[in-house]
Amino acid sequence: MNDNASLRATSTLSGVAPPRTAVVLGVIGFALLVLPLVGLTLRTPWTRVGELITDPVVLQALRLSIGSSLVALAVSVVLGVPLALVFARIDFPGKPFVRALAVLPMVLPPVVGGVGLLAAFGRRGLVGQPLAELAGITLPFTSAAVVIAATFVAMPFLIVTVEAGLRMVDPRLEDAAATLGADRWTILRRVVLPALWPSLAAGMALCWARALGEFGATITFAGNLPGRTQTMPLAVYLELERNPEAAYLISSILLVVSVAVLVALRDRFLQTT
Amino acid sequence: MRGATRTRTLALALALPLLMIACGSTGPSDDEASPDAVSGELVVFAAASLTDAFDEVIEAFVQANPDVEVVVNHAGSQTLARQINEGAPADVFASANPDQMDAVAAAGNLARDAAIFTTNLLAIAVEPGNPLSIDGLADLADPDLVLVLPTEEVPAGRYAREALDAAGVEVSPSSLEQDVRAARSKVELGEADAAIVYLSDIAASAARVDGVDIPAEQNVPASYPIAVLADAPNPAAADAVVAFVLSDAGQDILAAYGFTAP
Repeated sequence: MNDNASLRATSTLSGVAPPRTAVVLGVIGFALLVLPLVGLTLRTPWTRVGELITDPVVLQALRLSIGSSLVALAVSVVLGVPLALVFARIDFPGKPFVRALAVLPMVLPPVVGGVGLLAAFGRRGLVGQPLAELAGITLPFTSAAVVIAATFVAMPFLIVTVEAGLRMVDPRLEDAAATLGADRWTILRRVVLPALWPSLAAGMALCWARALGEFGATITFAGNLPGRTQTMPLAVYLELERNPEAAYLISSILLVVSVAVLVALRDRFLQTT
Repeated sequence: MRGATRTRTLALALALPLLMIACGSTGPSDDEASPDAVSGELVVFAAASLTDAFDEVIEAFVQANPDVEVVVNHAGSQTLARQINEGAPADVFASANPDQMDAVAAAGNLARDAAIFTTNLLAIAVEPGNPLSIDGLADLADPDLVLVLPTEEVPAGRYAREALDAAGVEVSPSSLEQDVRAARSKVELGEADAAIVYLSDIAASAARVDGVDIPAEQNVPASYPIAVLADAPNPAAADAVVAFVLSDAGQDILAAYGFTAP
């Protein structure tokens, strides 16, 4: 009964309702996506949250994850917004290729990213070796490495969202400001950024969620040490054997954060039309 | 496809004389190692750390028993034990630690008691040429040294911690890697100065890391038990392969990969 009602409701949206088989397959697909979340929620020992969350492993991972993901977000805004401006407003030869390189980490397996980060910033790396020899700075196994790994995988999400937003800012507004004598900084601050704000906020939310969930590049580049480089996803992976209840709790915290990000972005992703 | 077959034939042709030499030197145990008339499919569940060495032992076994077709499933011992206890159709289980074998025994899934067939000693992996002249566990206490250990959630990490504690060495590791191979790779890449790993891990990567032995009185070796499973679909072949692994021929191959006879 209910199904029929919703079928009818769907058909009123636009066009003709899909064949029954497609609906069944769609429901199976939905179950595949949602059942793991239901299972996780049911297994989490919610009544013992207070006691588990004060477990030093959980607490350290929580603190490190929140701190490092926020720093990664800040770095992504400071470097990613200018890069998005370059992509949206400047034409140069080979731009499609350069742009593809910049967003490659979105589709790259994170472990590969971690190996690449070692090759670039490791003790024997392209930049890492001179850095170690001249300045005595080594990045692997430090909290800075956690931030770099998170920035590497998350910044592209901010770049593509902001760039798309920039393309929707009416260029006539900028032209008008220029004819009124505003310099480039003023136009950026007073015209472009205010118009860009919704895209920037969405990009920041996506970027932060991705940074918070980062695993592969982190464990490869930064290693795993509680309090220094063991973020929440690493703790989930390594605690599952020793202390499964803590692992379920951390997983559920990450789940709640992800849901919160989706809700915050509901205008973009949860709209049905 | 044809290329692969040819390669295999070639490998066989090359390996056969070697095997005959190996058998010739092993004496009386040969007879029990290659009993006649075992055949059919044999499924062996073997710990991930045995991958290279065990595959060669199996290859030698198949050459001695050409009617047997062996399928080896490698995974972490804990995963394998869980699969067996959930009814996976396997004949033989070779575990990287007695705990997981005990779990299978406790569930009543062993045909008879397991036997320890090999041990894996701990050793220190260092960069080729040992530039920091690391001599033993005590040198790992140096706070300027970048040391990585396997996390204590995996057996190698527990054994490393036990060895360090027993030797009274206080270390400040830079990372607790998710498994022993990851710890080794940090040394291979030059990111870490030293890692505590298994001797077999060093033997498998001789070109990229050097090994520093840990003396027997400080060592915490991993024991590897093997057993025929209660529901083995092919018990005769299962018995034969276990006997072969325990024979001198099997032990010689394991020794070449850095394993030590029990």
